[in-house]
Amino acid sequence: MHEHDVIVVGAGGAGLRAAIAAQEEGADVAIVSKLHPVRSHTGAAEGGINAALREGDSWEDHAYDTMKGSDYLGDAPAVETLCKQSPNETIQLEHWGMAFSRDDDGRVSQRPFGGLSFPRTTYAGAETGHQLLHTMYEQVVKRGVTVYDEWYVTDLAVTDEERPEDRTCHGVVAYDISTGELSGFRANDGVILATGGPGQVYDHTTNAVSNTGDGVAMAYRAGVPMEDMEFIQFHPTSLPSTGVLISEGVRGEGGILYNAEGERFMFEYGYASNDGELASRDVVARAELSEVNAGRGIEDEYVHLDMRHLGEERIIDRLENILHLAEDFEGVDALEEPMPVKPGQHYAMGGIETDENGETCIAGLYAAGECACASVHGANRLGGNALPELIIFGKRAGQHAAGKDLGEAKVTTGQQGEYELGEVDSPVEPGAVDASGTDDAAADGGVRADASTADSEDVVDRAVEAERERVQALLDRDEGVQHAEIRSAVQESMTENVNVFREEAGLKQALRDIREARERYEDVFVNDPSRTFNTDLVQTIETRNVLDLAEAITLGALAREEFRGAHWRAEFQERNDEEWLKHTLLSWNDGTPELWYKPVILEGEEKRYEPKIRSY
Amino acid sequence: MSTQVPEQESEAETEATETDLAETLPPAQQARMERKAEARADREQRAREEAEREASADENSYHLKVFRYDPEVEGKQEPRFDDFHVPFETGMTVLDALIHARDTFDSSLTFRHSCRQAICGSDAFFINGSQRLGCKTQLSELEEPVRVEPLPHAEVRKDLVVDMEHFYDQMEAVEPFFQTNELPDGELEEQRQSPENREKVKMSTRCIWCAACMSSCNIAAGDNEYLGPAAINKAYRFAMDEREGEDVKQHRLNIIEQEHGVWRCQTQFSCTEVCPKDIPLTEHIQELKREAVKSNLKFW
Ligand SMILES: Cc1cc2nc3c(=O)[nH]c(=O)nc-3n(C[C@H](O)[C@H](O)[C@H](O)COP(=O)(O)OP(=O)(O)OC[C@H]3O[C@@H](n4cnc5c(N)ncnc54)[C@H](O)[C@@H]3O)c2cc1C
Ligand code: SF4
Ligand code: FES
Repeated sequence: MHEHDVIVVGAGGAGLRAAIAAQEEGADVAIVSKLHPVRSHTGAAEGGINAALREGDSWEDHAYDTMKGSDYLGDAPAVETLCKQSPNETIQLEHWGMAFSRDDDGRVSQRPFGGLSFPRTTYAGAETGHQLLHTMYEQVVKRGVTVYDEWYVTDLAVTDEERPEDRTCHGVVAYDISTGELSGFRANDGVILATGGPGQVYDHTTNAVSNTGDGVAMAYRAGVPMEDMEFIQFHPTSLPSTGVLISEGVRGEGGILYNAEGERFMFEYGYASNDGELASRDVVARAELSEVNAGRGIEDEYVHLDMRHLGEERIIDRLENILHLAEDFEGVDALEEPMPVKPGQHYAMGGIETDENGETCIAGLYAAGECACASVHGANRLGGNALPELIIFGKRAGQHAAGKDLGEAKVTTGQQGEYELGEVDSPVEPGAVDASGTDDAAADGGVRADASTADSEDVVDRAVEAERERVQALLDRDEGVQHAEIRSAVQESMTENVNVFREEAGLKQALRDIREARERYEDVFVNDPSRTFNTDLVQTIETRNVLDLAEAITLGALAREEFRGAHWRAEFQERNDEEWLKHTLLSWNDGTPELWYKPVILEGEEKRYEPKIRSY
Repeated sequence: MSTQVPEQESEAETEATETDLAETLPPAQQARMERKAEARADREQRAREEAEREASADENSYHLKVFRYDPEVEGKQEPRFDDFHVPFETGMTVLDALIHARDTFDSSLTFRHSCRQAICGSDAFFINGSQRLGCKTQLSELEEPVRVEPLPHAEVRKDLVVDMEHFYDQMEAVEPFFQTNELPDGELEEQRQSPENREKVKMSTRCIWCAACMSSCNIAAGDNEYLGPAAINKAYRFAMDEREGEDVKQHRLNIIEQEHGVWRCQTQFSCTEVCPKDIPLTEHIQELKREAVKSNLKFW
């Protein structure tokens, strides 16, 4: 068994920042990650990082834009924390040497981004994430933080009290991908999940193949609610063939969208009267698909994004990476031709329910980054707000886990205080079928034991044992269905039915498809018997997580009978503040998901954010 | 439709090889492996028959020859090449083809990959004789059969997966982190950097740690301690950054000037040729050599 004070699962922006912060608080920290840190998906972020750094801008304006962009589903205390700390944290990156783009006077450059009232998106060309990830990894190397790379965390070691709020997380179970060995990792002070987004729930996504929502699914099965999962952001400009992202920076710099008729549709069809191409992402994504559905798409599939008029010099200076992406992945010379683009799954606003200190309702379990939902993005994330989220909430989670007092959280977690049970008219019984023989045990950190006698080492040991059984069961099966088949069936159904436009019949179809996938997963088998680098096994375990997340997204979407932010419903074309100013939560009760709601916090430090119509 | 046609000879090996390793495994595990191997041989046989029928009918498929090796699975301990016929779609990359082969024909086919957009650096392979990223290489640019092999000069763990530890060690040997003595006073004050200086280091900051350059370098192949192009480029990234002070720069030059540092480079340009991020590696190494000479002159 390995032992450390703080164990960080995941080595993207959030995980690295958490590790640095915990180490600075004096903790012995280890990072456990299925990818080597520099391979994490944060490296793919292009556009930039929002921070109110300049005269004329203020954290209050940033907070206002964020609340409005969230369609009033952000929690004000978390949003204000984000906006207040972003300037310091962004400059911290600069002090660590990050290669930001520069103005003539040597200060870092900023540019306009969708939904922002000030050009506050700080950037490094169109490769901000790459620069940020590497800069932070450099700091981790400098500090000598222990990194277990290519270790796949399969489960959490959590005590099994009746109520999740009474449980404690003592560590994780991880599988050494290169040798096939399963080990326990005991955390004396806390476990921080920073496992990133769930892009693989969809088949057209800007996300990496490794983004399978592992952390969210593990926390969920251990008893932490998933929050606001129905809010999936579809980015309006991804390349049609691969899903590779064309940064919002292109529109920020003045790129224009055209339909097949050569019309600048954002204006001509009145999707956005003021901001045109720079309206919020949800607005632009719907506009594009409306054009395609109205027969004005190119090849019935996509629209054009044109940046030729910006001129070669400006493009090379600020968007050079975009030229390479268009060339490599679509064969288009973007200096000469417009680029084909369409909406692609991009970001999950929802995730593991946390407060603004990164804590979940299980003691000792934290989450940060895209896998978490401290509720800063609400129903729609503004471009450039995820990178500050990683570093701010990553840092806070790291500090808190290592024992620093961050004050009492204003956002509550777990089923306590004010909440309301929800209902959903599902065509199938959602939740688990017995997928691996040891499902329950795995969910609660092992065979039930008397909590008073279980010390933390026991809890970890039992969790390892449960995982060993699960892995063995998967490897022992000789025949059955392969994960790839199950995964792609779910991905296709999600893209078909739980996309930018959603309607009841489709959502129900998706739930039936997910149910079927769950049943097939009972017969999943791993073809590769090897212990060395068995990616077949890893992907089989990931696929289980994809199923849980797909179900949560769809259930939440079916239950939410209104149109808010990224969540569009055919049957409900209005935002309904009377009934729906509340967060969706999904809890795992011995294999059956329970749906409930808690109110949004619109009360900030000094003011209340009054819901206004979002018009762009 | 697409098909996989494992080579005839490899099949013979599958049956013939007895392994030492399998004998040392616990009996249950060994039994499992054997059972699986049998079930697998069966499936492969069926797939092969199907495959042969269809491959001959299908012209619109790409023929891949993929390196296979697994130290502990019977029949795979001898390195071999497996043939895959993958249906071609416009824009398809080598990575897409490998994923198709794995998901459709043989789920044990093993390779690293993640971002599919040339930024995570995990899928550098030896493709038709040169180091390239699978995700950035269009199938249509390649001659058939497309040979996909692990990076040369690195230890193969399994199939296309190589051991990266040595590469990481070399990267970390150059103190790859920003070091500065003076930070501006205010917490919110950034260190000024001229756009020109940023431009100077820009290319060097693009490295994605794919190790293609290291794998292509003859010197690195012969001298295991040579820092190699990627690590030297990392040193360049900081040494040329005007925000680090002169004394730090001297310290950096000392590191790259050591016995297995810049002077080993014989300007063969192979690293520069293969770098998927177009980093002018050889130029950077040369520039550091010049800097080192200059700074030594100062001391004399
Ligand atoms: C193409 C693209 C462009 C973007 N551009 C921007 C932008 O310009 N501005 C902005 O603000 N946001 C942007 N975003 C969003 C933002 O980049 C992501 O939300 C963010 O990088 C996620 O970081 P993370 O640290 O949460 O996760 P990741 O960087 O995805 O890291 C996840 C980590 O968890 C590890 N992991 C996962 N599962 C396991 C497991 N089971 N066991 C062990 N380890 C595990 C992985 O190895 C990895 O290290 C973009 C996103 C994409 C996809
Ligand atoms: S320098 Fe180029 S080839 Fe070498 S590791 Fe970096 S990106 Fe890869
Ligand atoms: S898959 Fe990331 S570089 Fe190719």
